[in-house]
Amino acid sequence: MAKGIRSGEARYGWLFTAPAIIIIGLFLVVPIFLALYVSFSNWNGLGSPLGNSTFIGGENYSKVLVESGLAQRDFGTSIRNNFYYVLLVVPLQTALALFLAVQVNRRILRGRGFFRTAFYFPSVTSSVAITTIFIFLFTASGAVNALLGFIGVSGPNWFADPSGIIHNLLRGVGVTSPPEFLTAPGPLGLQWWDWVSGPSVAMCVLIILAVFTTSGTFMLLFIAALQNIGSEIDEAAEVDGAGSLRKFFSVTLPMLKPTLFTVLTLGLIGTWQVFDQIYLTGKGAPGKTLLTPAFLAYDTSFEGLNWGQGAAISFILFLIIVALTLLQRFILRDRDLGRSGERRARKADRRLHAEAAAAAAAGRAPMGDAAQKETDS
Amino acid sequence: MSAIPDAARVAIQGNPTPIRSFQRKVHLGPRARTTLILSYLILILLALIYIYPFIISVAGSFKTDADATQNPLSLVPETWSNAAYERLFTTVPLLQWTGNSAFITIVVTLGRVFFDSLAGYALSRLRFPGRGVIFAGLIAVMAVPNVVLLIPRFLILKELGLYNTYGGMIIPILIDAAGIFIMKQFFESIPVSVEEAARIDGAGVFRTFWTVVLPMARPALITPFILSFQGSWNEFAHFVVSRNDPALNTLTTGVASLTSGQLGSGNQYPLQLGAAVLMSIPVAVVFFIFQKRIMNTSEGGDKG
Repeated sequence: MAKGIRSGEARYGWLFTAPAIIIIGLFLVVPIFLALYVSFSNWNGLGSPLGNSTFIGGENYSKVLVESGLAQRDFGTSIRNNFYYVLLVVPLQTALALFLAVQVNRRILRGRGFFRTAFYFPSVTSSVAITTIFIFLFTASGAVNALLGFIGVSGPNWFADPSGIIHNLLRGVGVTSPPEFLTAPGPLGLQWWDWVSGPSVAMCVLIILAVFTTSGTFMLLFIAALQNIGSEIDEAAEVDGAGSLRKFFSVTLPMLKPTLFTVLTLGLIGTWQVFDQIYLTGKGAPGKTLLTPAFLAYDTSFEGLNWGQGAAISFILFLIIVALTLLQRFILRDRDLGRSGERRARKADRRLHAEAAAAAAAGRAPMGDAAQKETDS
Repeated sequence: MSAIPDAARVAIQGNPTPIRSFQRKVHLGPRARTTLILSYLILILLALIYIYPFIISVAGSFKTDADATQNPLSLVPETWSNAAYERLFTTVPLLQWTGNSAFITIVVTLGRVFFDSLAGYALSRLRFPGRGVIFAGLIAVMAVPNVVLLIPRFLILKELGLYNTYGGMIIPILIDAAGIFIMKQFFESIPVSVEEAARIDGAGVFRTFWTVVLPMARPALITPFILSFQGSWNEFAHFVVSRNDPALNTLTTGVASLTSGQLGSGNQYPLQLGAAVLMSIPVAVVFFIFQKRIMNTSEGGDKG
């Protein structure tokens, strides 16, 4: 009987999943191997890479990573730029999203729906539209500088200012040239002095933009988690006399840990992928301080026609993202992994995927698009 | 009552219990009231910061070039000007871009909703050898960062002769691993009895799926629908690498060419802002229609 109902299921199982398997195979798996080959070849973009190029070993990788020269310096610069971007965006977007979620989740608040909509709306608009708007807001005579003018501050020419903010702070206290110990050459062809520049003023605008467009999505994830906690525990803490700050840090935050973990992971993955905004704001200008590895890979291939090197940068970026994700999992893992801990970890894993999907559903992907990658793959 | 701290009273009041209708009669203590007013102020200020850029863009698109540059903050143009919109619909091929975007979005959205639910159904309901492997592969695919795929996708499209075609712009983004995942989760949450009845009555697997399961799943299909609509309407990077023919510009790549100044010199903020405003309307409309639903999607995902 049961066999009768299930007859033919194997055929249909494969039939139903075939479109997905074929498209993912043809446009994701095969291309990755093709690009892997290109990253070890000298293909110049003419004809098919198969047959019009020769295998040159790890030369493309060593040009980017080891041999000093323009390729290495550009890559080093892009890593530095993106590093500061990640360092500022991830904590800021997480903290702001959490703050907004806790605020708009309070039942006593009127107009919660309005506030949620307002905070979430920037997340649904396209990166192209919102970047266009930000370029307008942050021109030298733009809205932001006009606002700063009201309080007597003359704002910088944001998108044209390549100076690093840590360098600027140091200049403020009289350090204009690098102290001796920082003139030494650092990794990837940059002086240590260049490594400690901080994000450029122009990059700060993109940092604000990223926080602006992602905090709403992450706020939704936190709200969902807060609603799952329910109010009983909250009330218990209050009856026990915990103040609201104390309650937040010793009751709410620990219970939000799984979601916090999701948000940090999604943030970390997404912020290493910033591409659209760089393309729109002038392809790395000013002074290459907006260059990111994702954009550099594109630019090296499509503009510089140095396909092998571009593909190599892509794979290095891939490894960076994978490594950081694993590292973060390792750091934030449950310390007492017993059997139940492992179960919890597996559960958290599943939850991460579900929430990633939800974040994707929640519109434009967080940040240059961690979740968007899910909508696209 | 005075023994209970203010904060606790706030929480109790806020409970969705039958006492709710009496809420307003209960007075807040002075401290709680100050805190509440303070958080209103902060939230209103933040909401202004989040909304103002959009309002200012609408206003800016009706200004003259000079007015937009000189009075960036004002919400009312000195002289109303439709020049930006006139140019967008005459010299700028905005309608062509919109047509391309609409066509691609419709095909991708329908395709994704169908294929995602088909595969999600198979993975959750049908027993067949290899199912576990396929699902594991799917999870692995979700872990591949999108920007890393730009060069590989370009290579394969060239190789297959799909570069600069609608096929090349559409097919690679027609399947959405996250959408399959969501649908699989959904099908696992509904009881099998109805389908089994259909199957016992002699309906085939596809017929059961098409006439029984899919109609039942309609509310759940809204999630991949919204996801696909926004994803494909807002997609940018893939259209940068899958075409360079101006006739295949979508709104994202087209407006990007305006923004990065490929259309004459000088700032043309009203033009750019107008384009940004127009291209945001469809996603904004979908957002407001499905607002309740979107605000809840994350809860749905949470159950996994």
